[in-house]
Amino acid sequence: MAQLICKDLALGYDGEVIQDKLNFKVEQGDYLCIVGENGSGKSTLMKTILGLTKPMGGEVSFGDELTPKTIGYLPQQTLVQRDFPASVWEIVLSGCQGRGDKRFFYTGEDKALARTNMERMDIWGLKNRCYRELSGGQQQRVLLARALCATKKMLLLDEPVTGLDPKVASELYQVVSDLNRKDHISVIMISHDIQAAVQYAKHILHIGNRNFYGTRDEYVSSTLGKQFIRFEVGEEA
Amino acid sequence: MIEKLVYYFSFPYVRYAFIVGLLVAVCSALLGVTLVLKRYSFIGDGLSHVAFGGIAIAAVTGITNDMIVVLPVTIISAVLLLSAGTNAKIKGDAAVAMISVGALAIGYLLMNIFNVSGNISGDVCTTLFGSTSILTLQESEVWLCIILSVVIVLAFLIFYNRIFAVTFDENFARAVGTRVNFYNLMIAVLIAVIIVLAMNLVGSLLISALVIFPALSAMRIYKSFRSVTICSVVLSVICATLGLLIAILEGTPVGSTIVAVDIVAFFACCLIGRLTRQA
Ligand SMILES: Nc1ncnc2c1ncn2[C@@H]1O[C@H](COP(=O)(O)OP(=O)(O)O)[C@@H](O)[C@H]1O
Ligand SMILES: [Mg+2]
Repeated sequence: MAQLICKDLALGYDGEVIQDKLNFKVEQGDYLCIVGENGSGKSTLMKTILGLTKPMGGEVSFGDELTPKTIGYLPQQTLVQRDFPASVWEIVLSGCQGRGDKRFFYTGEDKALARTNMERMDIWGLKNRCYRELSGGQQQRVLLARALCATKKMLLLDEPVTGLDPKVASELYQVVSDLNRKDHISVIMISHDIQAAVQYAKHILHIGNRNFYGTRDEYVSSTLGKQFIRFEVGEEA
Repeated sequence: MIEKLVYYFSFPYVRYAFIVGLLVAVCSALLGVTLVLKRYSFIGDGLSHVAFGGIAIAAVTGITNDMIVVLPVTIISAVLLLSAGTNAKIKGDAAVAMISVGALAIGYLLMNIFNVSGNISGDVCTTLFGSTSILTLQESEVWLCIILSVVIVLAFLIFYNRIFAVTFDENFARAVGTRVNFYNLMIAVLIAVIIVLAMNLVGSLLISALVIFPALSAMRIYKSFRSVTICSVVLSVICATLGLLIAILEGTPVGSTIVAVDIVAFFACCLIGRLTRQA
């Protein structure tokens, strides 16, 4: 049974459809990269999976005891967050807010979980530091630790490496890859970095004027994939 | 000076003003942090104008306890402003400006047409900037203020973690199943209540200052949500106490005196923040 199945999914806002007929599924331990031009609806797809945006058609279904609430989400960074006075500990702990429905305070168990995930992300030493004073890479580790507090099974990462320098970006890719391989957490990642996408992902979903879903190898040898890879790499060079 | 203070404090209305002043200081600072961080300052501003309109209606209709009118009107407006401000379709800030300036104009117009007390400019000035001298609160108003303040503080403490979560990252909070809309609504309603409470003390134009300054000051120095919140409450209480004492001793207008002290504190905090950062 797949963890996540999207069937003829249509995305959009206020009755306006952005993307139509998206079909793909994610099994436990999969690593799916979503690529495509800016504004093609990648973030919207994630929000639709999480139930933040209503689908315009089709359906999203879950298996393997997964629900939107138990997915770990790392949103695309917003400006508000960048100057927010919050300590690393406060932020990671807020990842536990979905555990246990009607509780308003964090339990010892929540705190232990937050600590475990901070150690996993190697940021326990930053516990009392202010989020806005961290480097971009450290900030993403904090948000990743928070996402891990919410899930045991699946991470949704929206452009986690955008704005990071290449070395830090590749470290973060490694961290995510380890979570995927060692802890068998399924990963869905939106990425602008097509080279990293084809390096790490098992499957690729390309959305844009034309859509593609398949394994990494199928994508690399498809005409759409070839075009996009040449285009993106050419742009960087 | 001490003797003078003891003398003044033998009057119940001075004690009332003090109690209300401190309660308002605590409540406004608590919610101020969230308001500033959520970029909801516009709601505070808009609401204070709406409250002015509410007072005008109360005055015109001859309702003596204006809270009965002002509280529900302000709460309803808070809900409207919140949905307008977050709705991408209606231009948020334009809608807010419309409601707040509209309320201000209608309020002034009503006060003029139904010239109840014969001293319009005095009345208007009082509603906008607070009483010129130490105010004349009824005992019942003080009790209402105490009860509402307790409700606000309790709500804040109970929902503290949720308020942090929806303030820091709405999308994440919603994704893990937190009822973000409910909490946003709650925050807006609490703000409305605070504004009504503070109105008698500092007048409707100066409320925003009371809400925003302590939070901005605390953010200069402290770096976690909890310490910023605690610091802004402490700061707000200190400023309100100083402001009230000065107002009592020197006979200056209460509202603007407190706000003036808040401004001084803000610059002091900027300085401290800069010095500690360099160290
Ligand atoms: N809240 C919203 N309301 C209406 N339209 C939106 C909203 N968010 C995004 N859009 C539009 O949806 C399209 C897809 O956006 P998005 O999913 O963020 O793209 P991507 O993440 O692929 O860059 C864009 O054209 C954008 O303008
Ligand atoms: Mg996006």
